[in-house]
Amino acid sequence: MPIRETFWNIPHWAEIGQYVLGLLTFLILVYGIWRHIRRWKLDKSVLRPGQWGKRLTNLFTQALVQLRTLKDIYPGIMHFTIFWGTIALLIGTALATIDWDVTHLLFDFQFLVGVVYNLFEVILDIFGLLLIVGIALAIYRRYISRPARLQDFPEPGLGTEDAFILVMLTLIAISGYLVEGLRIAVTQPEWAAWSPVGNVLASLFIAIGDPTNQTLHLVLWIFHIVISFVMIAAIPYTKLFHLLAAPVNIFFSSLEPVGALAPARYTSGPGVEKMSDFTWNQILNFESCTRCGRCQDQCPAHISGAALSPRDVIIKLGMQVWEPENGKSLHGDVISAEELWACTTCLACVDVCPVFINQLWSIVDMRRFLVDEGQIDAMLQDALANLGRYGNSFGQSERMRAKWTQPIEPKIKDARKEPVDYLWFVGDYASYHASLTDITRMTSEVFKKAGLDYGILYEGEKNSGNDARRAGEEGLFEMMVEENVATFESCEFKAIVTTDPHTYNTLKNEYPAEVNGDKPILHYSELLDQLITSGKLELSKKLNYKVTYHDPCYLGRYNKIFDAPRRVIEATGCTIVEMPRHRDQALCCGAGGGRIWMDEIEVEERPSEARIHEAVGLGDVQVFAVTCPKDVTMYQDAVKTTGHEDRLVVKDLIELVHEAL
Amino acid sequence: MNIVVLVKLVPDLVEELEIDSSGATLDTTFMRMIINEPDEHALEQAIILKEREGGEVTVLGPAIEDIDGVLFTAFAKGSDRLIKLVDGFELEVNNHALARAFTSVIRELNPDLVLTGVQAHNDLDGSLGPLVAEYLGMSYVGYVSGVTSSGDKLTVRKEYPGGLIGEMEVAIPAVLGIQSAEQPPRYVAISKVRQAMKTATIDEQTLTELDPSGGPTVSQMFQPQVGERAEMIEGDIDQIAAKLVELFGDLGVV
Amino acid sequence: MGDNIYVVIEHLQGQVSEISYVMLAAGRALASGIGGELVAILLGHQAQNLAGDLAADRVLYMDDPALAEFTPDAYQLALAELIKTDTPRAVLLGDTSVGAEVAGALSVRLEIPLVSRCSSVHAKEGTPKFVSQICGGKIMAEGDLPGPTALVTMVPGDFKAEEGQSDQPAEVTSIPAPSFDDLKVTLKQYIEPEVGDVDISTEPILIAVGRGIQQEANLELAEELAAALGGTICASRPVVDQGWLPISRLVGKSGKSVKPKLFLAIGISGAPEHVEAVTGSETIIAINTDPAAPIFDIAKYGANVDLFELVPALTEQLQGS
Ligand SMILES: Cc1cc2nc3c(=O)[nH]c(=O)nc-3n(C[C@H](O)[C@H](O)[C@H](O)COP(=O)(O)OP(=O)(O)OC[C@H]3O[C@@H](n4cnc5c(N)ncnc54)[C@H](O)[C@@H]3O)c2cc1C
Ligand code: SF4
Ligand code: SF4
Repeated sequence: MPIRETFWNIPHWAEIGQYVLGLLTFLILVYGIWRHIRRWKLDKSVLRPGQWGKRLTNLFTQALVQLRTLKDIYPGIMHFTIFWGTIALLIGTALATIDWDVTHLLFDFQFLVGVVYNLFEVILDIFGLLLIVGIALAIYRRYISRPARLQDFPEPGLGTEDAFILVMLTLIAISGYLVEGLRIAVTQPEWAAWSPVGNVLASLFIAIGDPTNQTLHLVLWIFHIVISFVMIAAIPYTKLFHLLAAPVNIFFSSLEPVGALAPARYTSGPGVEKMSDFTWNQILNFESCTRCGRCQDQCPAHISGAALSPRDVIIKLGMQVWEPENGKSLHGDVISAEELWACTTCLACVDVCPVFINQLWSIVDMRRFLVDEGQIDAMLQDALANLGRYGNSFGQSERMRAKWTQPIEPKIKDARKEPVDYLWFVGDYASYHASLTDITRMTSEVFKKAGLDYGILYEGEKNSGNDARRAGEEGLFEMMVEENVATFESCEFKAIVTTDPHTYNTLKNEYPAEVNGDKPILHYSELLDQLITSGKLELSKKLNYKVTYHDPCYLGRYNKIFDAPRRVIEATGCTIVEMPRHRDQALCCGAGGGRIWMDEIEVEERPSEARIHEAVGLGDVQVFAVTCPKDVTMYQDAVKTTGHEDRLVVKDLIELVHEAL
Repeated sequence: MNIVVLVKLVPDLVEELEIDSSGATLDTTFMRMIINEPDEHALEQAIILKEREGGEVTVLGPAIEDIDGVLFTAFAKGSDRLIKLVDGFELEVNNHALARAFTSVIRELNPDLVLTGVQAHNDLDGSLGPLVAEYLGMSYVGYVSGVTSSGDKLTVRKEYPGGLIGEMEVAIPAVLGIQSAEQPPRYVAISKVRQAMKTATIDEQTLTELDPSGGPTVSQMFQPQVGERAEMIEGDIDQIAAKLVELFGDLGVV
Repeated sequence: MGDNIYVVIEHLQGQVSEISYVMLAAGRALASGIGGELVAILLGHQAQNLAGDLAADRVLYMDDPALAEFTPDAYQLALAELIKTDTPRAVLLGDTSVGAEVAGALSVRLEIPLVSRCSSVHAKEGTPKFVSQICGGKIMAEGDLPGPTALVTMVPGDFKAEEGQSDQPAEVTSIPAPSFDDLKVTLKQYIEPEVGDVDISTEPILIAVGRGIQQEANLELAEELAAALGGTICASRPVVDQGWLPISRLVGKSGKSVKPKLFLAIGISGAPEHVEAVTGSETIIAINTDPAAPIFDIAKYGANVDLFELVPALTEQLQGS
């Protein structure tokens, strides 16, 4: 009967040696983990369990099934095979040891016998093969295809660590097979075929010489054991630590809507000045980073050539967790202001991070410190001062906010004076920007056509504060919220509809429940979709344009509104041609997070220009459709600067709808 | 160095200005009063000096409209004492009256240096700085864009048109009219202003009488004609060109 | 004496400032309206030659080493005695870094009223009047010039500098200087502005080109026009972005704010990011094929034609004239 003879050819001293080594490894491992955990005390709280079901589901789908990791196919499969290959072998080894040294030794009972044993052998052999495939994929990726996201780490030594891990894994896998092969070559059990790889190796050994080379077997066995233990002991001392930290991080990650930025904590000030101002969860973020570079690949700032890589931000913060007293100051020495200001808060990094790190949270926390210190560029300063004084970033009088309505007769209802169904929060850009007011008036016309009972707040509307908050001006955001909430409370309405996705995001995800608790917050693209679907808004013309649609970050990634605008475009009779980067992969236009208020950064190519090139690359697309007023200005500008005015027209969704009426 | 900064509130030009029914003053219904911009530079310069050389900054302003907000902001930026002059102020008080009122308070503070904005857009009777200086018997230099101190002397950079700078030496105590601070006025986060509202106190100094003598009396105000849209020059290309050349002549550019 | 108008001549580094001539022109209007004399006051050291083209009835010249270049102390001392004894109806000074700080001190020291930011002084039926330009030029305030002697600081406005110039030298009378022993403010040195690329924020004539220019090669058209006008080229962002002009020539939110006498916008639509930086211009003239272009909202004059036709024609006419 097939039976596992675990310590075949292993002298007693070696077997005991293995346990001694095992114990030692365990101690080194525990010490290493303890060192990490001790560092975590740096923190300023925020833990956040509760909702255990959701958290455990996340843990299962993301840490074990690794759904997000698998989204990027090549590295996804690479990681999955290495991970599950290693884990399976580890479990297999553990089972064999228990079978031999626990149940067999103490109770004279073995469970790895018969069919179970045969299955055990075949499964392990397959997982071993998977591991080797994964390692091969990894080696090809690290050393042959060499994608940029795995190069140029902020500390050169980090690359060496990757090499160490790969070499160790390779050696473990190969030596494991060799040991098995030698054992089979000598014992030649009749169930050898159940270990397909071992069996092949065994026949090789038999073919090339002395099949009974038991010394070689012993040496290889010892080698295999030693490097396996070294590898295990290395976990908390290398990036392998993510094996432990990442699941914890995933488990503890925020279950709030992604659009809700963590509020400032007002420790010494509203921001993070030094490492110890970060929360426990942020430190855990830094500790979990696998340096996979996925975030860097998606980052519009990085792509355009600005001085920011979210990967490096997290890596540098992670290194700083380890050397809190190295005399480097967090601001300036570790993370520069240029890096922090380059971020457009597009959320792409957060969205792709396989271990659920929130890079943006830490970036904004550090911005909050800079703003508190007044270390901001002059243009941003003006914009913030204008927001504080006039409630809009344009520095224009409140009384001019509704100037765009002047030609409209009869007057649009004043939601402060009479009840309306829909309170239309128009937003700064749509209200004040001279080249957008035509579009804004079109929106009102379409609403009217659909028989919507709607009104606006006239000069009572204030900037929603979404971007001020992301620029790091938390106090200003709070003030805007207070002012707008007070205005909302004095009005009677059933739903809020916004023009601007930024406004939409904060009203929906960050404003208090008085505003969004029982009343729907809609983006105008959602409302149009509802109106068209329900037949309230009839489009009579078929436009027949070929249209590509740009998902604004704050509508797409932030709020997962991908389909409503596409349905509306299709309803106008246009055909949608998708850009390669669309839906949650859409490239940011570069305006978010207050960037539109700041001095431009010298870059190789502005994100908005890259985007126009992407659209032009689709061939005969005529219209570049957007659903954000800022996008209209950004892309109209980019179409001009890239010289593609004759190829592509930038249109707001409402222009298409209006045309199709 | 003991520095006093004088601030004045002026109508915000972002708002459409209107003239009231008397025809001789501004309609204050929709008027928003904000800190005079050069005064912000004066405050910034004072704080820069304090940071560089130590000392104390006292900010002084008339109690109109949102003076508290202005003063708390000044505190959040790094000034030490806040004083407002209460009673008797109309929105539009002339600078002679304001200067006399400030003078009595400044004397008690016994400063080494008084800084104020070089001018305000609504000055009708001269700017505040020279008036205050003369009442105090101090010397005055205006249009200043940089100050360094050494002992009882200051070296200031005074700006002339076309970018020419005159480097002047001034004995202290002195009053300086600041055109622009060495660095643009700093941003102060709203959270800091809110903090200042909780921690800082504003001293109130009550005035009994304002004496506006020394300024003119306005009999009428009016708004200069601004055409809604450009006046379009019509005609064929050569006629338009000729008309433009004529316009250039009228403007004195050819 | 009570009807005379005194004009304090401003000069820097041996050159009479433009505002002095403007004040002479204004002073003349006032003096003739009330039947007084127009007197120029020249303070300086070996500076008598500066009196040469002043269009005044008389020039009073005070010479002292302490007056070689402007310092507020010395000017105040010099003028205080003179005004007190002569009691002219009005003393005009520039609303400048010279005149403004002397006027305030004199007003307090001599207890005489001061009117600032005047774009005009004149007489209406024998009564002297002032017009003051306040609130960034948005409001004009008019009133009677207070008496008996009024200090007036003036901004350029209704009067032209040429009217204050004359090729017939006025009679120059030397007047004694007071003692300048105890001056608290002294001039150490002048620092000249740095020279680099032109600073468009201070240029008086700007030819601004926008996207309507289409190609780099077409910039030549604008350059020729600029040469004919004696102006400087600047641009909106698309032009600078293309690398056709350096960033130092960018007007707008991400560039410089300008305040020239003439801003000639050629093929610029007038986006807010651009417009916000040009509203300080005295006169804006726009050339644009789009009659609805927002630039026409802020321009004083507009021409709704093709720049490729108008600009060469304009250059030609300018060169011809
Ligand atoms: C964050 C941000 C910052 C910005 N900062 C600035 C800035 O600092 N400065 C700036 O200028 N812009 C800035 N912009 C860009 C601004 O929004 C506009 O895109 C830009 O000013 C447009 O330049 P333009 O008027 O030259 O081009 P357009 O808007 O394309 O206008 C071209 C004009 O030329 C006219 N035209 C075309 N052909 C002819 C012809 N043959 N004859 C006469 N007229 C013709 C057209 O009718 C049109 O009105 C910024 C934009 C953003 C988003
Ligand atoms: S939010 Fe966007 S811009 Fe900011 S770091 Fe992440 S990917 Fe880059
Ligand atoms: S932060 Fe996340 S996505 Fe970025 S490198 Fe680290 S693990 Fe990868």
